[in-house]
Amino acid sequence: MPRTLFDKIWDAHVVNRLEDGTCVLYIDRHLVHEVTSPQAFEGLRMAGRKVRRVENTIAVVDHNVPTGPDRLTEANEPESALQIATLEQNVRDFGVTYFPMSDARQGIVHVVGPEQGISLPGMTIVCGDSHTSTHGALGALAFGIGTSEVEHVLATQTLLQKPAKNMLVRVDGKLTAGCTGKDIMLAVIGKIGTAGGTGHVMEFAGEAISALDMAGRLTMCNMSIEAGARAGLVAPDETTFEYIRGRPYAPKGEDFDRAVEYWKALPSDEGAHYDVVVELRAEDIIPQVTWGTSPETVIPITGSVPNPATEQDEAKRAQMERMLSYMGLQAGQKIAGTKVDVVFIGSCTNSRIEDLRAAAAVAKGRHVADGVRVLVVPGSGLVKQQAEAEGLAQIFTDAGFEWREAGCSMCLGMNPDKLKPGERCASTSNRNFEGRQGPGGRTHLLSPAMAAAAAITGKITDVRELV
Amino acid sequence: MDKFTTLTATTAPLNIDNIDTDKIIPARFLKTIKRTGLGKNAFADMRYNRDGSEKPDFVLNQEPYRRAEILVTGDNFGCGSSREHAPWALKDFGIRCIIAPSFADIFFNNSFKNGLLPIALSRDICDRLREDAAMGNNAKLTVDLARQVVIRPSGEEIPFDVDPFRKHCLLNGLDDIDLTLEHETAIDAYEAKVPSWQPKIQGA
Repeated sequence: MPRTLFDKIWDAHVVNRLEDGTCVLYIDRHLVHEVTSPQAFEGLRMAGRKVRRVENTIAVVDHNVPTGPDRLTEANEPESALQIATLEQNVRDFGVTYFPMSDARQGIVHVVGPEQGISLPGMTIVCGDSHTSTHGALGALAFGIGTSEVEHVLATQTLLQKPAKNMLVRVDGKLTAGCTGKDIMLAVIGKIGTAGGTGHVMEFAGEAISALDMAGRLTMCNMSIEAGARAGLVAPDETTFEYIRGRPYAPKGEDFDRAVEYWKALPSDEGAHYDVVVELRAEDIIPQVTWGTSPETVIPITGSVPNPATEQDEAKRAQMERMLSYMGLQAGQKIAGTKVDVVFIGSCTNSRIEDLRAAAAVAKGRHVADGVRVLVVPGSGLVKQQAEAEGLAQIFTDAGFEWREAGCSMCLGMNPDKLKPGERCASTSNRNFEGRQGPGGRTHLLSPAMAAAAAITGKITDVRELV
Repeated sequence: MDKFTTLTATTAPLNIDNIDTDKIIPARFLKTIKRTGLGKNAFADMRYNRDGSEKPDFVLNQEPYRRAEILVTGDNFGCGSSREHAPWALKDFGIRCIIAPSFADIFFNNSFKNGLLPIALSRDICDRLREDAAMGNNAKLTVDLARQVVIRPSGEEIPFDVDPFRKHCLLNGLDDIDLTLEHETAIDAYEAKVPSWQPKIQGA
């Protein structure tokens, strides 16, 4: 029977199948960070267990590290410092490989995994973080888990899971100028909603996806969770293999050739069954931006904020009104021209070198608008080094943008980088929930180029007018 | 893990769709290395003003719902992050069962690991259960996991689905890790067959 990419990875990792269909699923890569692991290690200790496979496990700090220039010498917030110290004690006690803040390889866990060649096609990859879906861009089955499951994987190198359903998101045609993987993904979420992918693994395919570089694919899979999907996937191809070749933890020499041979058999078979198929045309997508407090509240940059009065469902209407009030927007107003206070370029969604290049292309030779604060936060220390070598950092600092150290930063309001109540932010991150970037903060999600455009003009702007 | 068998308890109505995990427990409260003590910050931004005073219109600040153990809420409950702090915070507040038309996958999964039972029922039935819940001190529902029914104050029984394996674990308070380790020989056998080209991350 023809199988999908998801079916193949799943089948290859089933250790045992229980009577009711629950599977003991083997996990090839376990990524660990400071926020969702302390209670899991504590559980191991209390039960007298060890980490079953340290050679499948890697730890890094990202969520609550500061991103300022003096972070190695300045005191962190006490609770954050304790969480980081706890991780450092745990990796020592249990023998887990770890990239500390002082290591150039440190960065956001979902940037580090692919960058180091730790995340590879055909693997099962988990992390106590919902954006683990990012790694699916390599053709790996990657998904977020809670802390109990983190402990379960540490102790057993497996998870108890039932298979997901298959969803295909096909995007044919060619993307137009000024549009990126971020815009495609926001359009997908706008089309199917934040629960549209619930229970499904979402495979992206079609001409426009094949044409994307790895960074674009990583962005799309990253936000598959924002469509409710268990995971995102892109079939591995030459773009994938070239991306992996030579990375520190990737297979080398003959091993690489054998790996590629295996990876080439992974793409979905002709005629494989998908439970749901969603189709978009790339030409129909123009730069996207969110107006509300859910990632599905997305409109094209040429669009207007919707009017709740046109919504029939009473609960939905009330919700829209609440969103407008929280966001400080008027029904029917053009989204372009909305003034911003802060611009955030970073996060596991958009902090790779390609994202920084796209932002720098817009910022080059220009200057930030008066009164706007711009944070550019590379996804890893290595991305930072590369951006400095390529002259991107210089472009940003010349433009009056802050050039910072690697971490999750202003994506999630649990480190010093936060919005103040009422501040409006054009953000390349993934969630515009109430309070996500700091209590009372207002978030508009968009691509790195669109974020740079907002920085220059001080308002939400169609980047196509600037290039 | 705590067992879940039957529960008769005050039920709070919370008719909002897409309640995300940042609403259930904002990220600034995730800087703990413990599982306990998060209840006071459950729904923090919906529940408290910036000065720390309570918002009187939020249902869990009202009597008798301060003692609610069941929540009847909207679609896609628990969407967003994978933070298990969300079920920990709900549990620590006193919530033991959540009824909604649908749940986000990771939250759904995490709940079962903490003796917190998520029940998916149609939007229509959730509307009726919220009407029951609005009856103040009479707002008690009974959840019988063994029989898989929710019992309304009128005595009407509403059946629900639950995964048999998860039901078994909840009813008996079983720890997943112990169950999985019964498969250790199979895990060993699986690992022996991992292809040699697959690289290892060496221990630090």
